[in-house]
Amino acid sequence: MGSNMAENHPVGFQWVMEAKLRGARVIHVDPRFTRTSAVADRHVALRAGSDIAFLGGVINYILSNEREFRDYVLAYTNASTIVSDDFRDTEDLDGLFSGYDQATASYDNSSWQYKEMEASAAVGHQEAGAPSGEQAHGAHGGRLHQRDRSAVDDSLEDPRCVFQILKRHYSRYTPEKVEEICGVPRAQFLEVAEALCQNSGRERTSAFCYAVGWTQHTVGVQYIRTAAVIQLLLGNIGRPGGGILALRGHASIQGSTDIPTLFNILPGYLPMPDAQKHPTLERYIEANTTPAGFWGNTDTYIVSLLKAWFGEAATAENDYCYDHLPRISGDHSHYSTSMDMLEGKVDGYFVMGENPVVGTANSRLHRLAFSRLKWMVVRDFSLIETATFWKQSPEIESGELRSQDIGTEVFFMPAAAHTEKDGSFTNTQRLLQWHHAAVAPVGDRRSELWFMYHLGRRVRAKLAASSDPRDRPILDLTWEYPTDGAIEEPSADAVLSEINGYEVASGKPLPSFLALEADGSTACGCWIYSGVRAEGVNQASRRKPGAEQTWVAPEWGWAWPMNRRILYNRASADPHGNPWSERKRYVWWDQDSEQWTGEDIPDFVKDMRPDYVPDEGSRGPDALRGDEPFIMQADGRGWLFAPSGLTDGPMSTHYEPQESPFDNALYGIRANPARQQLPGPENLYHPSDGDAHADVFPYVFTTYRLTEHHTAGGMSRWLPYLSELQPEMFVEVSAELARERGLENAGWATIITARGAIEARVLVTDRVKPLRVQGRLVHQVGLPYHWGDQGYATGDAANELLSIAMDSNVHIGEYKAATCDVRPGRRPRGRARRELVERYQREAGLR
Amino acid sequence: MGTSLGKPAAPRMPSRNPLDAIPLGRQLRGDPLGLGPAARSARSQRLEPRTASADRIVASVCPYCAVGCGQRVYVKDERVVQIEGDPDSPISRGRLCPKGSATLQLVTHPAREQRVRYRRPHATEWEELELDEAMDMIADRVIAARRDGWEEEIEDDRGETVRLRRTRGFAHLGGATLDNEENYLIKKFFSAMGAIQIENQARI
Amino acid sequence: MKLDTHVWPGNYGAEARPRMGFFTDTSVCIGCKACEVACKQWNGVPEDGLDFTGNSYDNTGGLGADSWRHVAFIEQEKPLSLQQAPPGAGGDGDNSTGMRWLMSSDVCKHCTEAACLDVCPTGALFRTEFGTVVVQEDVCNGCGYCIPACPFGVIDQRKGDGRAWKCTLCYDRLQVGEEPACAKACPTDSIQFGELEDLRERAGARVETLHETGVQEARLYGESPGDGVGGFGAFFLLLDAPETYGLPPDPVVGTRKLGEMWRTAALAGATLALGAAAAVARR
Repeated sequence: MGSNMAENHPVGFQWVMEAKLRGARVIHVDPRFTRTSAVADRHVALRAGSDIAFLGGVINYILSNEREFRDYVLAYTNASTIVSDDFRDTEDLDGLFSGYDQATASYDNSSWQYKEMEASAAVGHQEAGAPSGEQAHGAHGGRLHQRDRSAVDDSLEDPRCVFQILKRHYSRYTPEKVEEICGVPRAQFLEVAEALCQNSGRERTSAFCYAVGWTQHTVGVQYIRTAAVIQLLLGNIGRPGGGILALRGHASIQGSTDIPTLFNILPGYLPMPDAQKHPTLERYIEANTTPAGFWGNTDTYIVSLLKAWFGEAATAENDYCYDHLPRISGDHSHYSTSMDMLEGKVDGYFVMGENPVVGTANSRLHRLAFSRLKWMVVRDFSLIETATFWKQSPEIESGELRSQDIGTEVFFMPAAAHTEKDGSFTNTQRLLQWHHAAVAPVGDRRSELWFMYHLGRRVRAKLAASSDPRDRPILDLTWEYPTDGAIEEPSADAVLSEINGYEVASGKPLPSFLALEADGSTACGCWIYSGVRAEGVNQASRRKPGAEQTWVAPEWGWAWPMNRRILYNRASADPHGNPWSERKRYVWWDQDSEQWTGEDIPDFVKDMRPDYVPDEGSRGPDALRGDEPFIMQADGRGWLFAPSGLTDGPMSTHYEPQESPFDNALYGIRANPARQQLPGPENLYHPSDGDAHADVFPYVFTTYRLTEHHTAGGMSRWLPYLSELQPEMFVEVSAELARERGLENAGWATIITARGAIEARVLVTDRVKPLRVQGRLVHQVGLPYHWGDQGYATGDAANELLSIAMDSNVHIGEYKAATCDVRPGRRPRGRARRELVERYQREAGLR
Repeated sequence: MGTSLGKPAAPRMPSRNPLDAIPLGRQLRGDPLGLGPAARSARSQRLEPRTASADRIVASVCPYCAVGCGQRVYVKDERVVQIEGDPDSPISRGRLCPKGSATLQLVTHPAREQRVRYRRPHATEWEELELDEAMDMIADRVIAARRDGWEEEIEDDRGETVRLRRTRGFAHLGGATLDNEENYLIKKFFSAMGAIQIENQARI
Repeated sequence: MKLDTHVWPGNYGAEARPRMGFFTDTSVCIGCKACEVACKQWNGVPEDGLDFTGNSYDNTGGLGADSWRHVAFIEQEKPLSLQQAPPGAGGDGDNSTGMRWLMSSDVCKHCTEAACLDVCPTGALFRTEFGTVVVQEDVCNGCGYCIPACPFGVIDQRKGDGRAWKCTLCYDRLQVGEEPACAKACPTDSIQFGELEDLRERAGARVETLHETGVQEARLYGESPGDGVGGFGAFFLLLDAPETYGLPPDPVVGTRKLGEMWRTAALAGATLALGAAAAVARR
């Protein structure tokens, strides 16, 4: 669900096909019938944006039929934990949880806490309040203390225990409601729910594969949470063949969050210091440390990071240069930054290997934003649309902008390819793999490593004589990397060494993050990657042939953390440490050697006995019991109910998308009340069902990729061999919609929203079908988003149509469900194109 | 350049029969219809895959999606002449999708830019610019933008002054095809500059 | 089992190698077109035009001089028997999918009795030591005789070049024991490369398995030496009649009746000798 794996991960999909040959059943639940559906055992079409209703229905099916894996649920989840008496569910508040503040459209999560947390809060240990999404990573913001065992009910009967709350919360997600909301016939839904239950338990496991079809919603994080709850209830986490597999779409997008270029986190999911919450290192550590689990060692992670960055300048006396780090104070994400640019608040922009004008929602807004910059640096292979926005764009065609009036200075820097530089990618299974430079880059082509290193070198040289204290962080930075060859390419391996970490005194590489200290004696650029250069060997470059290894293939590349291939794999054994079944054995306790062993590296303290019970004074990993596998959680349990870490509720709730032709059939609240909106004249939202003029945009559309192209096209639309396979932007519509709107196959259609109007070739197909939802027939429209006006294959960008409306946890936009109108024929040219959009805006009452 | 897979296997041995040098000779050897060995041309005679004559094979990873398929990069005369799947990879077993199969074109296609291009404010066309000069100009601009957008402190919601020590003068957006080492230097250096709006495709 | 072609393996003597071919199992094809790209990338085949066809996801259209692999996409209003009829299936707007999307990668069949080869007057087309049929770019003079001869419309003249081009089954790669580029790339192993005898065995077993699991419509196409072209060197497992995929149901080699009469050994020899002389003269 939420993924079109055959199309977007074809080579990974070979394993699905192989499993199928061996008897696995493949079910594809997706708004469209795709190339994945074509080879699945079953395709279930549902309305875009309704997945939580479907998944919530599965939870209800499990709980009302007692199909949960009871032993697993009892031992490894927080099902038995009693929740605060102050907690109120959406059942009680018609779609809201307790703690909602209308004025800020956000939640205070104090009332979502475990019952015993109230006690600790009373003595001042609990930092109650809004779990800022910026802080939702890492230690999950909340200060969860080790559970008082009296605040649990192992019978799972207490009405305030998580299990019962969950049961009540999802009880209204009946098969009838699933049908009404998703447009999935009851029988089809029941078939899927039953198949999942039958294929889970001691002997069998089921996996969910998802991608941005789940994340790109105003309730995206809760989509994933709902699947996580199903998998915990069925005992499918930490076990072979189970899990929730995020199918990421870029070579190192996993790496881009592990070692983030994201505003809210530092390497290894450490939160960025917050101006208010983390004024000092001490407060930072306190706020981000849990008494139990591996977030109990946060002090060692952050101090070692500061040592890696600021070297000798970082001392115990100056809090290891903690004050050299800038502070955040809210949302500084990509979208908010574009809004800042639009207001002229940003001078310069570096865009490296990214094409936001095509790839980000509301293309026009970004172009207008860029036209107000002083300067911009674009690093890419070719002259992508983001580099040429000042030369060619719908706004220039319409006459709204003229090149001569755009003051943005643009530097286009040709980039080196992966074959021209050393470095590591982290793939979708957290596996780091090294690619070696095969040839030197020609001309001015350079790696980003080269660009950053030499830019840093120049800036440092220019500021070398400065006595301005604000320049200290730049001058104190460790920035010496060996270089190679005529172009002085910095050594990627040396950078990896710093990421891995070393003993400050000896320079010796660290074996793993277990060796990190909080006293400045160790330096480590990313604690979760520590071990990737253990013993001075680049473990990511290991390429022992798969055929010469076990099926886990531990000697190919290196997976974080500590080369573990399945996270939380202690859960593959029962509380006593024995495999749940022989068929599914993976990691177990070996009595003879007194340690955990198995196919994989155990994701657990290696010699912690299954019957271990922590002492009163234990902290960190040692403060968890030997039968608590979820070692990153403060209670060692999988969370069916999330007392902290989420901004929009401790449990998932079906809300309609920002733009939807339907009202919420479950609650009085239509859309996620905590969703993030950026309203403005350049980011208009459509009226939804129940609002006046909602019928101006009657159709649901969803955007997606095709096998033949790559994201915003920079790596595919310039290539003749890929361009010819999908040469033009097209729109997929049902025969019914084609009839309704007079669309001809292979002809043209114009798709209009309050943000823009685009044209596309028409593909009439039975793979897209109207669905009956809430008694009405709804048409869905499919739009691949790869095209732009530059390159070898050109076309309009689907992102011209989308507004920016976001999930409040992670500031990811809603790309997968919105509303539009469709008309036959090509769009108007020049000024008339904008006039058409403005006419729709007026008709919808938006101007 | 990194070479971790060594050299290709030896190419096939040429025929030692002198008769094979001329088609008629080959026909005389037992292909009276001229449909088989007798018809084999000079080019066909010496045909061998360019992978076999490569100077070296370099271990790599596909740059498109996050499956992380193994690639082998074949280099001849310091040029990439072929890229294909690495059969040793337990992830991909030598297979590649259409994008992965087009990787050679990705790195060699003629529309790939080789030179820095510069667009002056209000200009209607690109200009040429030396890389070194461009780097120097960018360094000046980033220093100025940093100062321009500097925020030393703010008053928090309790009315207390808290330190920010940051700049909103410049921002960054990275693609998710950058290496971990590259992201590390981006985050490290821009954070030291005080920039906070450091973002990535991962947000999208 | 009759595997012999006119000149293979007999005429190759000790040089003859097992007959190599493709078995394309369309029941596992995901329509990714990796085969099309891998083929082009390896063989340097030119781009074939930026044409949006409106015919499902097929913008290649068919095999030709500049497309040696072609993935066909067929959308049908009937449930794939791999999927039983979905519960609750019914009429318009009832939300059931009730359809299937067939995908199949087509290629030169490397016929046992290859008409293109029979009619080629220049010796550009020849039967290799692997039993495959290859057109040689250094010999072909663009006469075009082969084009109407092919019962599948595979071989084709390249515009602006004039010569005939088609799949070589990566004759160069075979020299060093490498499999053809398309088969190597194929993510789901829909395209399998190997010794033809092995492939036929594998294909037979696969059809049996599919029949056992209820996919009654699974059938082999071109595996039988008894068909009109003496069997394909590249054959298929299809989930519907060949016509559905745009393949002739009963292909017959056009030159079968003529035998090899018009093309005598002397003629062939003379042509080749002339070709060799011309080649020498050009140096």
